[in-house]
Amino acid sequence: MTSAAPNATAAGAVTSLLDHVRPLDAGAHVTGAAFAGETAMLALGDGCVLLCDAAGERRVDAHPGGAVLAAVGAGDIFVTGGDDGRVVATQANGETRTISDEKGRWIDAVAASGGAIAWSCGKQVAARDAKGNVRRMEAPSSVRGIAFAPKGYRLGLAHYNGASLWFPNTDAAPEALFWKGSHLDACFSPDGRFFITSMQENMLHGWRLADKKDMRMSGYPAKPRSLSWSHDGLWMASSGADAAIIWPFEAKDGPMGKAPRECGVRPAKVTQVAFHPQALIIAIGYDDGAVMLVRLTDNSELMARMPAPGGPVTAMAWDAKGKRLVFGTADGAGGLLTLPV
Amino acid sequence: MPDMPETNTGADASGKIPVTVLTGYLGAGKTTLLNRILSEPHGKKFAVIVNEFGEVGIDNDLVVGADEEVFEMNNGCVCCTVRGDLIRIIDGLMKRKGGFDGIIVETTGLADPAPVAQTFFMDQDVQDRTRLDAVVTVVDAKWLTQRLKDAPEAHNQIAFADVLILNKTDLVTPEELAAVEAQVRAINPYARLHRTQNAKVAIDDVLGRNAFDLDRIMELEPDFLEEGHHAHHDSDIQSVAVTVDGDVDPDKFLPWLNDYAQREGANLLRSKGILAFRGEPKRFVFQGVHMMLDGDLQRDWRPDEKRTSKIVMIGRDLDREAIEKAFRACAV
Repeated sequence: MTSAAPNATAAGAVTSLLDHVRPLDAGAHVTGAAFAGETAMLALGDGCVLLCDAAGERRVDAHPGGAVLAAVGAGDIFVTGGDDGRVVATQANGETRTISDEKGRWIDAVAASGGAIAWSCGKQVAARDAKGNVRRMEAPSSVRGIAFAPKGYRLGLAHYNGASLWFPNTDAAPEALFWKGSHLDACFSPDGRFFITSMQENMLHGWRLADKKDMRMSGYPAKPRSLSWSHDGLWMASSGADAAIIWPFEAKDGPMGKAPRECGVRPAKVTQVAFHPQALIIAIGYDDGAVMLVRLTDNSELMARMPAPGGPVTAMAWDAKGKRLVFGTADGAGGLLTLPV
Repeated sequence: MPDMPETNTGADASGKIPVTVLTGYLGAGKTTLLNRILSEPHGKKFAVIVNEFGEVGIDNDLVVGADEEVFEMNNGCVCCTVRGDLIRIIDGLMKRKGGFDGIIVETTGLADPAPVAQTFFMDQDVQDRTRLDAVVTVVDAKWLTQRLKDAPEAHNQIAFADVLILNKTDLVTPEELAAVEAQVRAINPYARLHRTQNAKVAIDDVLGRNAFDLDRIMELEPDFLEEGHHAHHDSDIQSVAVTVDGDVDPDKFLPWLNDYAQREGANLLRSKGILAFRGEPKRFVFQGVHMMLDGDLQRDWRPDEKRTSKIVMIGRDLDREAIEKAFRACAV
């Protein structure tokens, strides 16, 4: 465990993190969260981005008159896609620039990696590399989730009846992964061996990319819409149950034939999960507004936010060093947790 | 496939946004009706989900383009189809600040209403935030007879309706109108029917119908139903209504209903019912689309109200005798 995370001694002394949270008044549905350097950012249902740093809070109208539907952090910028059809990058200093304008079509998903940005509206998918070259493709059906592969300029797209793997810089047809049903969110394992989607049918689906072998991770009472990988790439956490469901990926076959761990059992549904970037600690957000940190090694738990009005936790993000966690809720509440050193 | 809920979830969906589904064959007058609704001075804010931009648009409202993407749920049930784009759009709409007084979904003329309606049964997030208020079907009085011959969708659209707008009545003679109305009634005797020209109908007759207009099925006169049913056979769709004079046993009724919907779901287009359960002071109300059923205990039976139990099924090749026998066997 690194010094950035609460170490054993601190966890022994600290019984709660409630006093280390600065409340944020987002004022609208929080649709995404990220850090750009030292600045915490929340993307909002009123089209704004809320910036929060040592100097205070301010609001940037990134999508005037619109709503942010999808958002992703990308190093020093926060990329938002709105129902105004625009993909916008917001910097820590509050400056915004339009990455793309899809003429009023809703931006359903965004992804970012190493300076590249991708987005989708309906079936249309666009990938913009770090130099600004945009390539486009049409998926077989509407794309709900996009993820960049950890290596190479490659995208995984979740849609109906499966997923597509696309190399934007080649003219080759995307590689198709079939599985009946509606696939929503998408991610690759950090080692690139697996591609995982969340599904309409309250389950996760995975493909081992080497042989396209299917994996089904089922039993969720709700859709597991939030997925997060541990820093070592050995665990994948998911929402959709009354605990964070954490699947082991250490083995060659990933989680196949293995039972998941359950962390942070509470009488509420988990809506967001976010692994600490440097330690086996997971932040869990619930539908009663609570936020809890759980350490996987000993299952010790620390509350960061008690159940509160403001709706379910809808977005959560750690900063790069794992010192701070920002979160927001459906009805516009939020908070910035700074871990005690 | 979902089972009937155990009962009791505090009844009628307070705080849920009502959704009106607007169907009708091509050229029947859907867009005219939609523009009429939106341009009335109702002071409400609607989100309108349309398939073609450009024809609709009122300042205060949000118009969203849809793709009518129907997909099969991965649950082994072929009739469990839902509108994926609708789930996505409603998810997006709920993020907007301020919200809406209502959502109106316009379907294409060729659309089967089942996937739209089933979306409101199958998706938990959609169910948590919205409720299907009514399916409104616009029917062209002049061309309906022809449509019923050449377009299977037209039958389903009428069968699904909670509100029927019999439009373009000025283009037919009174005799023709009576004949068309009889055809419509033979398929669906339960919907409220409005005769219109240029889709001119009071907004209150279309919006705010509340939970598929379930109360209405209790009001219908059996004589009228029988007459309506036997008069015409232009469609292979028929309706079956059975009333039990008094209470039924939920331990018999719910398993039968679930089982029946599972077995006959492909033929069963719509089902509805209001029931008096033995020893239960509240009315049990259910509705279904194909195999999907949704029901709960709602308000108390009023002291002056007679406790009766009634079910209505609309579908193809329904075995009237078998339904009657099975339902009556649930009587206490």
